[in-house]
Amino acid sequence: MQTATAPSSAASTQWVGDKRAQRSKVFDAFFSWATFVASWGTVALLVWIALQVGYAALPAVRQYGFGFIVGTDWDTNNDVYGALPLIYGTLVSSALALLLAMPLGVAIAIFLTEDYLHTKIRGIFKFLVELLAAIPSVIYGLWGINVVIPITTPLGNWLNAHLGWIPLFSTPSSGPGFFPAAFVLAIMILPTIAALAGSALKTTPQALKEGAAALGATRWDVILQISLPIAASGILGAGVLALGRAMGETMALAMLIGNNNQISASLFAPANTIASLLANHFGEATGLEVAALMYLSFILMALTLGINAVAELILERTGAAIRHL
Amino acid sequence: MKTLLTLTIATALAFSSVHADTLTLNSSGSTFIAPINGRWFAEYNKLHPDVQINYQSVGSGQGIKSFVGGLTDFGASDAAMSDGEIAAVKDGGVVLLPMTAGSIVLSYNLPGVTAPIQLPRDVYPAIFLGEITKWNDPKIVAANPGVTLPDLPITVAYRADGSGTTFVFSNHLAAISPEFKTKVGGGKTVKWPVGVGGKGNEGVAALIKQTAGTIGYVEYGYAQQIKLPMAALQNSAGKFVAPTPDSGSTALSQVTLPDNLRAFVTDPTGDLSYPIVTFSWWLCHTQYTKPGEADAIKALANWCLTDGQKFAPDLGYLPLPATVVTKVQAAVNTIK
Amino acid sequence: MDTPNQTNGAVSPQGLDLSRKPRARLIFSRAMDVLVWMVTLAALIPLVSVLYMVIRRGAGNFHWNMLWLLPPAAGVDGGGFGNALLGTIILVAIGTLVSVPIGVLTAIFLTEYSQGSKSAQLIRFCAKILSGLPSILAGVFIFGILVMNRDLHLGSWQIGGYSAMAGGLALAILMLPIIILATEEALLRVPRFLREASLALGANRTQTVLHITLPAARSTILTGVMLAVARAAGETAPIIFTAFFTSFWIGSLNEPTASMAVLIYNFSSVPYDNMVNMAWSASFVLIVVVLATNITSHLVSNRSK
Repeated sequence: MQTATAPSSAASTQWVGDKRAQRSKVFDAFFSWATFVASWGTVALLVWIALQVGYAALPAVRQYGFGFIVGTDWDTNNDVYGALPLIYGTLVSSALALLLAMPLGVAIAIFLTEDYLHTKIRGIFKFLVELLAAIPSVIYGLWGINVVIPITTPLGNWLNAHLGWIPLFSTPSSGPGFFPAAFVLAIMILPTIAALAGSALKTTPQALKEGAAALGATRWDVILQISLPIAASGILGAGVLALGRAMGETMALAMLIGNNNQISASLFAPANTIASLLANHFGEATGLEVAALMYLSFILMALTLGINAVAELILERTGAAIRHL
Repeated sequence: MKTLLTLTIATALAFSSVHADTLTLNSSGSTFIAPINGRWFAEYNKLHPDVQINYQSVGSGQGIKSFVGGLTDFGASDAAMSDGEIAAVKDGGVVLLPMTAGSIVLSYNLPGVTAPIQLPRDVYPAIFLGEITKWNDPKIVAANPGVTLPDLPITVAYRADGSGTTFVFSNHLAAISPEFKTKVGGGKTVKWPVGVGGKGNEGVAALIKQTAGTIGYVEYGYAQQIKLPMAALQNSAGKFVAPTPDSGSTALSQVTLPDNLRAFVTDPTGDLSYPIVTFSWWLCHTQYTKPGEADAIKALANWCLTDGQKFAPDLGYLPLPATVVTKVQAAVNTIK
Repeated sequence: MDTPNQTNGAVSPQGLDLSRKPRARLIFSRAMDVLVWMVTLAALIPLVSVLYMVIRRGAGNFHWNMLWLLPPAAGVDGGGFGNALLGTIILVAIGTLVSVPIGVLTAIFLTEYSQGSKSAQLIRFCAKILSGLPSILAGVFIFGILVMNRDLHLGSWQIGGYSAMAGGLALAILMLPIIILATEEALLRVPRFLREASLALGANRTQTVLHITLPAARSTILTGVMLAVARAAGETAPIIFTAFFTSFWIGSLNEPTASMAVLIYNFSSVPYDNMVNMAWSASFVLIVVVLATNITSHLVSNRSK
């Protein structure tokens, strides 16, 4: 496939592969152009979406300004809209979900890349985990309602009765709330973390691991000092993707978060998130409420931007892995 | 993989030949009317295979928007259309057609209480305002002699998603309770002072089933199908009426429909009337440009108003009173 | 390079730290083994719970003819979700055909042509923000630019109005960031020496990428694509605003189409037993189909190694 011709195609001598070389060159130019277009096209898409959302949000921006971000009421009848409880709900539920899912996901990734199990059985486990990703969000919502909430409700009530002085347990459980929603959300993002972290761990060079073992390192010496640091950027990337998914999750959260626009420190209190309010209200919204919903979406995009920016900074500061050579 | 994909798409495209002579109509809107619409369209398609109607429940508001924007051929809404929305229709005009009706019930979860409870007119708005917070409140006890009500806090369950059901229920509460009207008001989405939100009838029903002491509002058809207990409510004549197809129809027949067929029955009169009922409307243009479309819609509507009504009771809807049907059919005939 | 390896990451700067006593390290390692076992098994409990719920309610009521029958109306027995299954396949196929080339090309640009530059940072940043887009917004966006104007035409081709094409595009928006980020990660892990060897042999960058780098990164890329496919197959909100729904077979890509996710959403919110049971059966079939796609694609990729 590799042509061994002189790089310059302007030579007058007829090399055997000259035409092929020319074609390859043209294709090479075309291909790099294609990658250029695709990449900036992606940027353009985001900008386009942001513009559409922003434009639709203008009436609400004009009406409420920045006060929208700290407003606490969402009253459709009186056209009073505020985003604070929704921002709070989105951040808290996503953070909780990530807190639950990261250790689980990394543990599963380690489990599947180390040789705890025979390769064939490992393959089955891997598919079981990937199966989780195939389940539609509506089903997760239904599972949450039918299975998770009946378990978390008595748990929440017990914690409230006995440890109610801790702000986390300050309200009894009314069914849906932060905890059941975050738990189900964690299960939903688990496959993403496990799969991508697993891929990252798999590429640890065998030579390094064997060398370390030869020096007397135990399995976990290798994992903690070699595999994980090398995979760190991949794991962080998986975490960011998962967080993005969690913040944008619509259907399952709409069914499990309780849809109550309040700010509560309690794990078991009902709350609301930006995406679920959007899903619940968009169908019926008219006039100013539509603009307010778009304003809300814009805030969500800004939040995602902010979190990603912070993650980048952390990545650069710790220097635990070098992303680029 | 790629061959499989190409094959699938090719097969799909091949289907287009089948559809050459069929008239396909798109409609969207109310979730409430979706099941009977679906049944009607399926049965009608059996009789007239050349007419296919696609319906998706997206909510009355979105249904109106899509209809106004010309995206759907006709819409469906539990809140009809406001004057502003009618004015926004670019071309074709609008005619509102009440096609079916339903009632909204208050369902609850009270372990140990088997007989349906009675809720007076001043009690149930207060519950939804968060003023009455316990089931053994003296006012509730007084209305239910012989029933031992538990010392349980009341958890209110409301619809988190904007809906025609909320529209009807909140407007009814606003009509019978001035306090509710000023504090909350009526609308498709309202700011409920207390409680937990569920998504859709199924969400509210799940909330009710999950926690003892919960009360929520759901469509009659829904509560009937999944066998939730329903409270008997005190109507404007002071009588406690249980929700049944009869009490619902009686309430509907008390109403005289105005010429534009838009009437919200927020507080029906009559001893035997159940207090919370609503019509549900199709939104059609008065003029259709596609050849054959006007005739198809007229035929469809007329069938649904006559033969179609027999499907209503089984699915939990109220059949339209005969007087209403005549009026609506007259309106249908104005479609060209 | 101070380490004699060809990784893109680095070992902890101090090198391997084996200063603690071997015995202590061994006990620690064994303890961590137990912890990992326990955590993994614990994480499998919810999985088993969800699967059990779907299988019990879905497989129990499943009939083979559901795969080719049309959806039943309320109160009617029987029926199936054939058109929804076909619809989901078509929608995901369109989404994949649009998002995979663009996503992979973008990732290639990030790793091969502009690595480390400011533009790369910006592009990657945009991909990450896109990944946090609520799925409903993708639908609303396509609705606004494509669906809303029913009279939109490309030549004589009507592209406005509810259509399967619009649905596929909405899904592509959701799949794109996953593919970009997963592919980029995959390409970064391909050892540098492979690329250098290829270039030394006279191949140009494109040939290197297409024939060396991409195949080497194939399995992770496939993982990313499968994650994206699984996500797309289960999405409801964006499809409702774009591909709409129908109880009939799809006629062309310009028409609305049924889909499994929307069918499940519709049927699980009504109280009629037949429809609720069908929602569960559809969930069961959807999971099986996605899993089957997953397995087949891995088998195919492994075979051609």
